[in-house]
Parts: sequence; C-alpha cells; structure tokens
Amino acid sequence: METLAMHISNGIINGPVAAIFAALALATLTVCVLRGRRDLDDRLAPMAGLVAAFIFAVQMLNFPIFTAGVSGHLLGGALAAMLVGPWVGALCVSVVLVVQALVFGDGGVAMLGLNITNMALVGTAAAYLLIALLLRVLPRTPAGLAVTAFVSAMLSVVVASQGFVVQYWLGGTTDLGSNLAGLAGTMAGAHLLIGIGEGLITATTVVTVAKVRPDLVYALRGLRPAAASTVPAVGGVR
Amino acid sequence: MNKRPWAFIVGGLLVALVLAGVVSNYASSHPDGLDSSLLKGCTVDADDNIVGGSCPAQQAKDHELADSPLADYGVRGIENGFLSTGLSGVLGVLLTFAVGGGAFWLLRRRSSGAAVDGVTSAVVPGTGGDATSEGTASAPAGRS
Repeated sequence: METLAMHISNGIINGPVAAIFAALALATLTVCVLRGRRDLDDRLAPMAGLVAAFIFAVQMLNFPIFTAGVSGHLLGGALAAMLVGPWVGALCVSVVLVVQALVFGDGGVAMLGLNITNMALVGTAAAYLLIALLLRVLPRTPAGLAVTAFVSAMLSVVVASQGFVVQYWLGGTTDLGSNLAGLAGTMAGAHLLIGIGEGLITATTVVTVAKVRPDLVYALRGLRPAAASTVPAVGGVR
Repeated sequence: MNKRPWAFIVGGLLVALVLAGVVSNYASSHPDGLDSSLLKGCTVDADDNIVGGSCPAQQAKDHELADSPLADYGVRGIENGFLSTGLSGVLGVLLTFAVGGGAFWLLRRRSSGAAVDGVTSAVVPGTGGDATSEGTASAPAGRS
C-alpha cells in the first residue's frame, strides 16, 4: 500500500520555524481552552467529541478535484466552527491532527505546530469570521445556512493554504526564489477546487444537523428568537 | 431545551464509522492539494512516485512514528487492503472520539451536577447552598 500523507511532512519546513509555530500554536490553543470552557457544557462536550471523530472520518475521504491526478480532503475548520463554535472548534481540529500525527504517521510530529496553525487555527478563525458576517446579512432560512456553510468553508480552505505559503517563505527547505508566488498560486488554485468539496460537505452536514437537532448547531444560538422560543416549548411538553 | 444529545451522538458516530470504515476505501489515492503543489517541478509515474526533476517534496523525511501499528491508515499485519484501511479508520474514529470527547468532558463547565453544587456551596458556605444550586441548575434551561 502506498503512503497516504495529507499534511506537512517532516523535512519540508526547517526546524527553527517549525518550533516557532509549535510555540505559537500551543499559546493559541491555551487561549482556545480558556475561552472554549465557557461554551463547553454537558451538551456541547459530547458534541465536540463527535465533531472531532467525524472530521477524522471525513478527512480520510480524499475526493478527486477537476485537476487530473490531484485530490483533496476536508480540513474541517468551518464545520467545527458552525457546530461547536470557534474556540472549541479549533480544539476539535487540533485533536484530529494530533491523533493523525501520533498514531497514523500523517503529518510530521515536528511539523505539528505548522499543521495546527494552518488547519485548526487559521482555517477555523477565517471560517468563523465569515460565518458571523454571513449569518447577519443572509436570510435566516435553511438556504441561508447552507450558503453560509458553503462560502465560509470554501474560502477558509484557501486562506489556510496560504498559511502554508507563509511558513514556506519563512522556512521552506527548498529555495524557491521568485517561485514562491508560483507556489502561492498553485496552492490557492488547488485549494479553491478543494474548497468546493469542503463547502459541499460542510453545508450538507450542517443543514442535516440543523434539521434534526437545531439546538446542537452553535452558529444558530442567539439567532432566530421566534424559532428558538418554540423549540424548547416542544421539548418541554414531552 | 435539556434534551439529551446522546441519541444524536451515537447516530453521528455510526455515520462516522461507516465513512471511515467502508467509504474510505473508495477515496482518491492521488496526492492532495498540498502534496501536489510540493511536487511541482518533478515528474511522477503512474503511482505518483518521483522519477525526475527537482521539487520541494524531495526534501521530505521519514515520519518519526512511521513504524506505528496504524501508520499510513492501515493496520500492520492485515494483508487485505480493504480490511486494513477500514479497520484503521474505525479505530481512528473511536480513538479520536475517546481522546476528544474525554478531554472536552473533563474541561466542561460543571454547572448542573449535584456533586459540583455541593462543592460550590462547601467552598462558599455563607451564600446558602440551596439558593446557589437552584440558580445554577436552572441556568442551562433558560440560557438557550
């Protein structure tokens, strides 16, 4: 069986830069733990565990993109931010990346800080900023929710891919010289296509959860006051 | 809105187990967006192995834990590729749920447990245990 690697491998970025990003990631994750605790209650904690497990599963499903010979897979930042919020969401994606690096040999252990920074921190943060913006301007309907999930997922993947370009600029082990712009363009192009897949998966999943258990969608909290007051009444009668 | 999420959690886990345990075998084996970008400048054969040229991917070194029994999303010792990938996916989903769910469960705010309320009122004896626990217990229902 051929090697299946999905994240930054050892040797791609030099040690000092990898160490700096490891420290940066650790500090940011600490903030996520502190802020995330406010959101984590008896209901959100198991939901966050499920979101992490679900992202692990879907990350295994590399899908073809329109460019021949290239595949893509879910990163999960937007999905996690929609379902459990930005702070806990970043922790969910981080758990997946840690398990993959320590158990599945995917993404170098020394590169973990770089991978966490791009996919768990930058990806989730970009997604949540877009989610907060889009949910304000779009109609509060299933279609509005789907568009929010799709757009935030797609663009967050492109932003996360540029995180790698910055890291490569700082500590890439091959001197690309003026070709760094080429790397940025190749990464952005590939991840725009991957983002379409990410958007479809995220929108489908979020709309499904919103249909079954709208109370378990973090992004819907505090929205639609009318709907929110009827749902607990139904639950309370039971 | 104190509906227990456990039925939903179990259902969601089953979906994840099917995706990682079965559907994963139909995933594309081509390099992903990152790996293919790093292969630019190199020529690859049909199995995506580098056969010439020069590109960033050539700097890649072995993984520290390449000998892990689940390395590369397969279970070492299982020859059947379908079974090996599927089983590694199932184990990965369960492990991720255990690690993530366990950590989040330990980190959660304990506002609605009787034992925790007991601790709170023990720590702050002057505030009156009953009033405190009643206030915290009703908070989750009213908040959402």
